[in-house]
Amino acid sequence: MAEITSLREGVAGLVSDGDTVALEGFTHLIPVAAGQEIIRQGRRDLTLVRMTPDIVYDQLIGAGCGRKLVFSWGGNPGVGSLHRFRDAVENDWPLPLEIEEHSHAGMANRYVAGASGLPFAVLRGYVGTDLAAHTTTIKPITCPFTGEQLTAVPALNPDVSIVHAQRADRRGNVQLWGIVGVQKEAVLAGRRSLVTVEEIVEELDERPGSVLLPSWAITCVAAVPRGAHPSYAHGYYQRDNAYYQAWDAISRDRNAFSAWQAELLSASRIS
Amino acid sequence: MKAAVSGTGAPVGSWTADEMMTVAAARQLRDGAACFVGIGLPSAAANLARRTHAPDLVLIYESGTLGSKPDRLPLSIGDGVLAETADAVISVPEVFNYWLQPGRIDVGFLGAAQIDRFANINTTVVGPSYDHPKVRLPGAGGAPEIAANCREVIVVVRHSARALVERVDFVTSLGYGSGAGDRERLGLRGRGPVMVITDLGILRPAAQTCELTLTTVHPGVDPQQAIDATGWPLSTAADLGTTAAPTLDELVALRALQQTLTDAP
Repeated sequence: MAEITSLREGVAGLVSDGDTVALEGFTHLIPVAAGQEIIRQGRRDLTLVRMTPDIVYDQLIGAGCGRKLVFSWGGNPGVGSLHRFRDAVENDWPLPLEIEEHSHAGMANRYVAGASGLPFAVLRGYVGTDLAAHTTTIKPITCPFTGEQLTAVPALNPDVSIVHAQRADRRGNVQLWGIVGVQKEAVLAGRRSLVTVEEIVEELDERPGSVLLPSWAITCVAAVPRGAHPSYAHGYYQRDNAYYQAWDAISRDRNAFSAWQAELLSASRIS
Repeated sequence: MKAAVSGTGAPVGSWTADEMMTVAAARQLRDGAACFVGIGLPSAAANLARRTHAPDLVLIYESGTLGSKPDRLPLSIGDGVLAETADAVISVPEVFNYWLQPGRIDVGFLGAAQIDRFANINTTVVGPSYDHPKVRLPGAGGAPEIAANCREVIVVVRHSARALVERVDFVTSLGYGSGAGDRERLGLRGRGPVMVITDLGILRPAAQTCELTLTTVHPGVDPQQAIDATGWPLSTAADLGTTAAPTLDELVALRALQQTLTDAP
């Protein structure tokens, strides 16, 4: 059974220095508040995993929480670069950042293998690209039945997987809908998991196309209203496009970023 | 994406180079085809096609929306409007494994930071060093498998010698490798990039060599402009054509679509 907890206790109990941590949410339902709580708690040496590192990963990287990034696309969607990410890769600021780079198909399959209890996944991918030359977790494999040459990628089993969802009930069963991304796979692949939700309700009602994560498959659930802001929560609030645009100027400048970080650390609660 | 013009921009009867590029790209999409759409220029063109000659174009976005019919331009590949208007919303593993990988998608529609003589695409790093790049770009996203597994690929990119280079610094997504025969040798099933549409014209792979060759220029463009804005000695086709100018309907539809970006909540 999932434990219902606060965001602070959930992160403190589940995320330790040196852990491999995955925060998933494909444009929608990004667990931003949880990522910022990791910064607030000053975690270090994390291996940060995410298919689409965007603003919250830029913040984690700029704050020096990560040692390594495992990803497939890192940018500020619709705006441009992640300048904290670029500064770390191009100039080692504030720390060198090791990268392990994949494609979306590869990352998605790595989570599927992790959720399935398999050591690796097979796909038709990466062939002819330069990715395999730089990423040691991309290897050719021969089909034992047909002899066909395919590509193998190892399972992802994060120490902690963190996602955001619309709702949970009091027993900790979680429901999410809209673009569901790779959240189910990420939670099931994680050794531990934290799900932040918009609200905790008495009963979950049926929603077409919704994903249900049963309480017994989750470690902790925390109610964090607007926990996905500035991304959106389908049925709750829209994407805050102005924040994504405003982030560009903060992210470009180390001093502006440091001021942003100081403000985050001094704020007693999440806005 | 930066809107090239607003709805009150150029008067109808004239158009910008970006508008011509988007219209030319939209025209390539056959009604009823299934199209895997990248964000930015490709998304604008695919949505324009749906609003003009191809109302039954099936738009597939990598966030897992199958058959999206957005009434405004999405701001990202995971915009809520794509889910709300989709035939089905599926998981990210499913979109890549069940829909893209087996070759069910007719056209992959991609952008590029760099593209080379043999239509290889780079969206990873600029500069000779991967570990200490001059510019760190966003990375692969869905593009390597889109380029490999769609039946064919169309690339939309603004024409400049920085973007159209002799050889990409990093092959993120394979075009024709080092020339004819490479895709077949590697066992790729899709045909690869069949055209590159720029704001100056259209390049297609030459039949024997797969080298990108200028086959069409947009109205008012001197072929020399395209040659000068290309990082390799660009060949021009013997039967070099001229793109038909945007029609009034195309321009009105495109400007209305671009206006939705400004009006977005």
